[in-house]
Amino acid sequence: MRSPLTPEMATQEVQLNETLAHLKTESETLKTKLEEERAKLHDVELHQVAEKVEGLGQFVMKTRRTLKGHGNKVLCMDWCKDKRRIVSSSQEHAVTMPCTWVMACAYAPSGCAVACGGLDNKCSVYPLSLDKNENLAAKKKSVAMHTNYLSACSFTNSDMQILTSSGDGTCALWDVESGQLLQSFHGHAADVLCLDLAPSETGNTFVSGGCDKKANVWDMRSGQCIQSFETHESDINSVRYYPSGDAFASGSDDATCRLYDLRADREVAIYSKESIIFGVSSVDFSLSGRLLFGGYNDYTINVWDVLKGTRVSILFGHENRVSTLRVSPDGTAFCTGSWDHTLRIWA
Amino acid sequence: MSGSSNIVAMKKVVQQLRLEAGINRVKVSQAAADLQQFCLQHAQQDPLLTGMSSSNNPFRPQAVCSFL
Repeated sequence: MRSPLTPEMATQEVQLNETLAHLKTESETLKTKLEEERAKLHDVELHQVAEKVEGLGQFVMKTRRTLKGHGNKVLCMDWCKDKRRIVSSSQEHAVTMPCTWVMACAYAPSGCAVACGGLDNKCSVYPLSLDKNENLAAKKKSVAMHTNYLSACSFTNSDMQILTSSGDGTCALWDVESGQLLQSFHGHAADVLCLDLAPSETGNTFVSGGCDKKANVWDMRSGQCIQSFETHESDINSVRYYPSGDAFASGSDDATCRLYDLRADREVAIYSKESIIFGVSSVDFSLSGRLLFGGYNDYTINVWDVLKGTRVSILFGHENRVSTLRVSPDGTAFCTGSWDHTLRIWA
Repeated sequence: MSGSSNIVAMKKVVQQLRLEAGINRVKVSQAAADLQQFCLQHAQQDPLLTGMSSSNNPFRPQAVCSFL
């Protein structure tokens, strides 16, 4: 039971409530202003601009390789820059990892190490060696430490820094050598599920997506959220920059993929069909940005014409959810990982 | 008092909104034209778009993948 308020405390409380109400009003006013500013520039739709562009023909893409080797659901994969190697992670009973779910993995730019993590709340870096006798698990280096699961990780331009996203609602930038936290990114209101770094020419930014249905663009140096987009109707499972760096795509549990243009500061396309009702787990662009590949929970891959907003192909093959999808660095193929324990390479 | 921590949180929200409201934006027509131009300029160098013949594409010939 509260002790009775003194006159001073009562006045203070009234003042605080007034300030809070004032701030709330200002926040509502600003949100409206933001919507108005964005709407003013919404003079046309992307697919209208693209009407005169030649349509795409029939696409014949097939599974060219099926990689079997995981004993359980494949959760994540990444390509090595040499285009010949892939790292993938899964829900295994692994001897070397302290937990069973490895949800994130990434190849170092040099190709000499991989980073991974998951339910252990950490991101660890493992050096790679072609010497099969070497006990690489012993050389593992714990780099990142979150207070909840690690959902995604990516090396920045070098092997020296790693960017992570977590179920604890934050993203963080770490120095690999010392394990030191260099910058943390606060702003999501729930688990952050994915991230992608801007192409290096575009500067030091990255985009993250989360269970709060928001996609946030961050300045890596200041830790500031510079743009935020909230049009999805459910968790955002995957975000990927358009190759020019001026836009990014997202895939969500709301069964849509969307394209957000950073300079127009708004969503400019939605890739959806009434017949597609299962969530998108993973998206990636072809090299020119014309095609958007989406891996879905209904076991399929839908291929979209980014400019016209239409679906150009639907690919079958996996026998369970597609959980991860990445186009190869040279753009000649893309790889998918699935809960059916396999990885497939498509071209 | 929990009242003041709410205020601190709200101030951050307002600050963030001010920042976002103040950025420079371009018209969608301009942004869309640029996205389109990028696609068209790079179309020929996009193997998945143009389709590569089996002889060029390393994934098409039936070579073997090994588990490292």
